[in-house]
Amino acid sequence: MNAPQHASLIGQRIPKMDAPEKVAGKTRYIQDLNLPGQLYGLILRTERVHARIVSIDTSAAKALPGVRAVLTAADVPIHPIGVNKDNPPLKGDKVRCERDEVAAVAADSLEIAQAAIKLIKVEYEDLPPIFDPRDSIKDGAPVIHAAKPDNVAMAFDYAHGDVERGEAESDVVVEDEFTLHRVTHCCMGVSGVIADFEPVSGNLTLYSNTQVPFLHKREFAEVLGMDPSRIRIIQPPIGGGFGSKLDIYPFEPIAVYLAKATRRPVKLIFTREEEFIASPTRQPAIIRLRSGAKKDGTLTFRTVDVLLDNGGYTSWGATIPFVMMQTFSSLYRVPHCRYHTKAVYTNNPFAGSFRGYGNLQATFAIEQQMDKMADALGIEPYEFRLKNAQNAGEVTGQGMHFKTCGFQDCLETAAGRSGFVEKRKALGAAKGLSGVRRGVGMASMLHVGGGAKIYPSDGCGTILKLDDFGHVTIMTGASEIGQGSETVLAQLVCEELGVPMSAVTVVNNDTDITPWDVGVHASRTTFIAGNSAIGAARKAKDKILAAAATVSNMKAEEMDLKGGNIVRASDGEKVMPLAKMLRQLHFSDKAELVMTTNYYEPPSVHQDKGFKGDVSAAYAWATQVVEVEVDTDTGIVKLLKVWAAHDVGRVLNEMGIEGQIEGGIIMGQGYALCEDMPVVEGHLVNPAFRDYKLITAPEIPEMDISFIETMDGEGPQGAKGVGEAPSICMAAAVANAIENATGVRIASLPFTPERVYSALKGRPL
Amino acid sequence: MMSVETEINFKLNGREVSLRVPATMKALAMLRDRLGLTGTKYACGEGECGACTINVDGKTVNSCLMYAVDCDGREVVTVEGLRTPEGLHPVQQAFVDHGAIQCGFCTPGMIMQAQHLLENNPTLTREEAKRGLEGNICRCTGYTKVLDAVEAVADKNGRCSHG
Ligand code: FES
Ligand code: FES
Repeated sequence: MNAPQHASLIGQRIPKMDAPEKVAGKTRYIQDLNLPGQLYGLILRTERVHARIVSIDTSAAKALPGVRAVLTAADVPIHPIGVNKDNPPLKGDKVRCERDEVAAVAADSLEIAQAAIKLIKVEYEDLPPIFDPRDSIKDGAPVIHAAKPDNVAMAFDYAHGDVERGEAESDVVVEDEFTLHRVTHCCMGVSGVIADFEPVSGNLTLYSNTQVPFLHKREFAEVLGMDPSRIRIIQPPIGGGFGSKLDIYPFEPIAVYLAKATRRPVKLIFTREEEFIASPTRQPAIIRLRSGAKKDGTLTFRTVDVLLDNGGYTSWGATIPFVMMQTFSSLYRVPHCRYHTKAVYTNNPFAGSFRGYGNLQATFAIEQQMDKMADALGIEPYEFRLKNAQNAGEVTGQGMHFKTCGFQDCLETAAGRSGFVEKRKALGAAKGLSGVRRGVGMASMLHVGGGAKIYPSDGCGTILKLDDFGHVTIMTGASEIGQGSETVLAQLVCEELGVPMSAVTVVNNDTDITPWDVGVHASRTTFIAGNSAIGAARKAKDKILAAAATVSNMKAEEMDLKGGNIVRASDGEKVMPLAKMLRQLHFSDKAELVMTTNYYEPPSVHQDKGFKGDVSAAYAWATQVVEVEVDTDTGIVKLLKVWAAHDVGRVLNEMGIEGQIEGGIIMGQGYALCEDMPVVEGHLVNPAFRDYKLITAPEIPEMDISFIETMDGEGPQGAKGVGEAPSICMAAAVANAIENATGVRIASLPFTPERVYSALKGRPL
Repeated sequence: MMSVETEINFKLNGREVSLRVPATMKALAMLRDRLGLTGTKYACGEGECGACTINVDGKTVNSCLMYAVDCDGREVVTVEGLRTPEGLHPVQQAFVDHGAIQCGFCTPGMIMQAQHLLENNPTLTREEAKRGLEGNICRCTGYTKVLDAVEAVADKNGRCSHG
């Protein structure tokens, strides 16, 4: 009767499992690894933006002592990478942006490689460039890829309802154009890879920062013309991901080519400058948005036209229109919607995938326009949103089914905690006065929270084993990229098996060991890998309790696992230690080990050709309110406070989820206020932290974070994905707050002092 | 690729070390490539991010800017030297307990700076911590939990009210 009560781990504040190693400086990132006999790889990048390669002379570089290989496109199989297969790792015929790889060197030291690169002579013939995506689609524009003579890398069209009818029913119609800038991930750990090709066996081991190891393996095999089963990907801990590691990039096959040519391991690590120039960016976008509403505030229709600057090549990021579309079609109840997007080639740096995946851009447009429409209708913007917000049970025009939906709760919580309505009214009364003004702004978002069925499978595998002492090893396909997935997976398994966190090891970094997973994207890991791990743990538990039933006088259903013991479910009374049961199973006639496998595939569906279908097993919602201070004499905007209310399904690790939200908010603050990559004639102006301004500690706002727990029926213990959500609303909320403070609406980002000052003076940049 | 090498002697994490380094080598490269102490990170090489922060004679410096030869005769502490035989240093432990780590790449530099701030001002305020950590970029955490960790140590050091 006095058996100990074992508290649930769910919702607790659990430190990350890898934290002690990280604080001690013991974690070995790709930069910290070295293989015996390794060479140093380095890439020669063109500095032209659009040019034909006339000749490449590598003879002087090859002659330099210590140089082991110098490769150009002529030395390697031409097999372009990327979703459009438009990006050869080494460029042979022409270059299309300043980052382009024209030659690569492997040498005994980095210094020798650097000297060798300088000795390579390339002769070019410049071609007419395109820098403005609007010019790409003009008649007679220069062609960037012969295979796409219209310069359109990808186009998406979507519609539901009948927008003409919607427009006819509208009392108010608002149309705007929004311009979104280029920013980049700035992972603190720069990109890198070590390729280890074993010439005798033909095995390739890649030490890679990828966040999609299994898709990577497949694409690598294609690019290299190898049998995929000969490729092993080992993922050392990474210094930040945020979507940047979702694609194969040219440097990775190049490292393999060098390793194959030299029969030595090759390590290739970027400098920070190279990271800025040669890693992907968020898509710059021009969004034309037209929406209507009836007098009572009911939305009637929406038409959207988006132009995305793809840059010179196409990454997975060019598919962000999928996500943008969801926001336009389904954040609010819109009976009629038409959407058209083009991602076009230019000679600018090429864009990739970045946390939020198009949703920061889409939300910036929609949520500013919601405020404008509310003003035009004479309705309080909060009420206007509430009236059109989705509810649980709704199936949208795009076919998304919101089985749980905390949107209205998010709105009410963020507005209530911030005193939004009263504050907005009071602060808005002083609009137009100069000096230091304050304002509040609100924005909301919808994002996938239960995976996204884009690839043929959106699943994740788990292998789980218990040893003779009750120690659990979870082998999962899901990568840890700093977000804390390994800790959450361990927590979920501990909850099922009644063991402490210290009894668990997570193996998640080796494709030869771990089962398949589609990768870390779409905020899916906790949801998909979590469900997979829970399934594996339940199978193990069933096996253990069935065995316990044979040696006790209780049925399996009458027992449970708690505190490292098998216990009576009704009162927690100890039956026997778990480890003892495991040994009995192992060292008896049964001779069994407890090992289970599980593959979880979410009950979502692929979209049809018209992009309709319930693509995620759950959807995440959030509302954020911000308060800003605007100095009308200088244009300086300070972010004072953020109230964030997030539908997270359920909090699994409170400290972990707070960390995701805080970090996301600050990333969104940077997007809104200061991060920018000006590109002049195809050249990045500021490839250094000195000039690319990131938010630092003194600038962070006060944060008030609320969790809305909708207990999703399909989620692991009720949870939904939250990784991308927190950065999505910020720019829109800040824009609305600046308007509340000054009466001036700014439709382009970022809100630097120059841009804000110019807008206040009536001369928008 | 020959360059002049100089012999230097200094105290590193409490132990005397002696080695020959080229005149152009940075302290960061020496620590990582010569001495195998990879806890100190490269993230910009230009003194702009703080990932390479080490402590030299009681002051924090960006080891990516400092020449290795300038370590001669000094006392250098890196993140690997904070750990005591009993376990993690209180600042390291606070970072673990307060969730101040995500990818962990900024962490060694952040901890070296935080430890330095706390050593000089054991009961510092949140505002002082913010200013003191201005040179350390973190892309993951949004700094809040880092500041929580620093404040927790200040509280343990006897700080009476929140700053
Ligand atoms: S690496 Fe030294 S300050 Fe960034
Ligand atoms: S924890 Fe990733 S940069 Fe700070």
